[in-house]
Amino acid sequence: MPEPASASGAAPRAEGPWAEAFRKLRRDRTAMGAVLVLCLIVLACCAAPLYARYVSHTDPFQSNPAGQITIHGQSVDIMQTDSAGLGLGVNPIGPTWHGQYFLGADGQGRDVAARILYGGRNSLIIAFFSTIVTLVLAALVGTVAGFAGGWTDIILARLLDVLWAFPVYLLAISLSIVIISSGLQIGPINIPSNSLLIPIAIIGIVYVPYVARPIRGQVLSLSRSDFVLAARCLGVPGFRILSKDILPNVAPTLIVFAPLMMALNMLTESALSFLSIGVQPPAASWGTIIQDGEGLLYTQPMVAVAPGLAIVITVLALNFLGDGVRDALDPRAKLRVRKD
Amino acid sequence: MLLPVLRRLAEMLFVMLGISVVVFGIFFATPGADPAARIAGRNATPQVLAQVRHSFGFDQPLPVQYAKMMDKLFIKRDLTSFVNRGQKVIPAVIEAAPVTLSLVLGAAVIWVVFGILVGVAAAATRGSLLDRGLMFLSLVGVSMPVFWVGSVANLLTQSRWHNSFLFHWVPGLGYTPLTQDPWMWFKGLVIPWITLAILYIGLYGRVLRANLVEAYQEDYIRTARAKGLSEARIMFRHALRTSLITFVSMFGLDFGALVGGGALLTEVVFNLPGVGRLTYEALQTLDLPFIMATVMYSSVFVVFANAVVDIAYAWLDPRVRNAS
Repeated sequence: MPEPASASGAAPRAEGPWAEAFRKLRRDRTAMGAVLVLCLIVLACCAAPLYARYVSHTDPFQSNPAGQITIHGQSVDIMQTDSAGLGLGVNPIGPTWHGQYFLGADGQGRDVAARILYGGRNSLIIAFFSTIVTLVLAALVGTVAGFAGGWTDIILARLLDVLWAFPVYLLAISLSIVIISSGLQIGPINIPSNSLLIPIAIIGIVYVPYVARPIRGQVLSLSRSDFVLAARCLGVPGFRILSKDILPNVAPTLIVFAPLMMALNMLTESALSFLSIGVQPPAASWGTIIQDGEGLLYTQPMVAVAPGLAIVITVLALNFLGDGVRDALDPRAKLRVRKD
Repeated sequence: MLLPVLRRLAEMLFVMLGISVVVFGIFFATPGADPAARIAGRNATPQVLAQVRHSFGFDQPLPVQYAKMMDKLFIKRDLTSFVNRGQKVIPAVIEAAPVTLSLVLGAAVIWVVFGILVGVAAAATRGSLLDRGLMFLSLVGVSMPVFWVGSVANLLTQSRWHNSFLFHWVPGLGYTPLTQDPWMWFKGLVIPWITLAILYIGLYGRVLRANLVEAYQEDYIRTARAKGLSEARIMFRHALRTSLITFVSMFGLDFGALVGGGALLTEVVFNLPGVGRLTYEALQTLDLPFIMATVMYSSVFVVFANAVVDIAYAWLDPRVRNAS
């Protein structure tokens, strides 16, 4: 049972639970290291246009099969003649470890390093906003179901059961294929099939039951607790109980879920993009770049390996941060995010 | 005992019905385009469109369409693909199922064994360097996209190190049926098994460690210590047994989810012709009847597997078994 907001009475120095959690988190060196890594990754991805303009000097969205670059004063073809490679007689240039084509070129002669920075923006944006979608929807559904009870609860809880039993990838695939094949038309709003809103909404929705079910349970037990009963007896209106007594106690749960869900969403986004039903070309994400690199795996492995490393580092940092946040806010570790 | 089982079965039927309605809704009632055009695929002639519209009942109300669809999927089982003209969808899915089962079963054996090893070793040495190292590796394991791990595994075992003593035995990508050549079946699946198992070793190792550490704070462990039992006996006979409860129920869910589509990415990367790969190929050609059939059959399987696990679980747990 989470303590109500006034749990600081016994402590020698009055300190709210939020301040205490924040202090704990700041002392957690692993979590702070993870925050640093995440900040660096976000900054690097924000700087993508600067990198493309001043370092790599290429447009990472324009195919460039006939281009040439200068290394050590020598002019080198980006697509080199090679009997192996794509089977087309050409093979893109490998990592130069110089400003231009630092990680080499992909099958269309585009700078992989610049594409990874641009792709990272999409991966981060989708992971972040789909997490917000999940948390907001889950909080809404979970709170309404748990607090309203009766038929509302029965219907919402059953709906969550159905979605929960639905394998995540299959649900995401079904939604993506239908929406991406023809875009989405809801009344006057037309969402084109290459909009980032589509993967954000899909990934956000498929994970709602994972968060909403624990929230509903928590709200259910809170609304039967003595302090809520006391408030009801005093005639406090329902919405006030909700905002003053229930929501503050649910908030830590949501915050514990946030980094872990974002890690999970990032992996899901990369998988959907890898299956070509996530981010649509010419836009890139780390998942689509790995897919671009599949055909070049044995000749220019860097195209597929580098974006994968970017995913691993980001997701690992998010998971470390998530563990830290959980330790700070939920010391007995009641919550666990399932990953599959 | 009988009543909870019946209850669980009723719940299962309800969830199956719910999922079929959701799938139907996604494929036929999403606003945006003509469902007949989606089913018929790209470049369909007006005659084909008209035929699809009639045979799926798109000129009739939604409940009729739903009934017709379920009839085609589960009773007549004659749903055909329009991309590969005339190919019957459901036999293809059933034919691919053994490949997926082979992949998931082998991976499950690996992840259960290593998951327990990691969890027990980390909990037994909690706080030590070994514990921290194992937990770090586990977190790395759950942070890697499985299709990328598969690509890297292919890069090493098929190309870069293929001619070294380590991986010269690895056959080319693909699947050999168990009945045709058991040894080739095994050799071809070892790398996919390990790839698929890595995530779950990390996940199960972490959960098991947390449960064991929690169990060590219980009174019955103190009692066992007070009786003078050895540390090994306390771990394996007392702490591990209760901690495995979560482990077992997680296993049931994950196994079902993997057979029902979760192994898709691994199948794609290793070119294994299972249900997941069928789904992937249908995705590339926008073959909607195919995707719908794999999604429907897989999710029904998952729901069924979950119900079986719950019932088996209730039967195994004396507290539940003797409750009624």
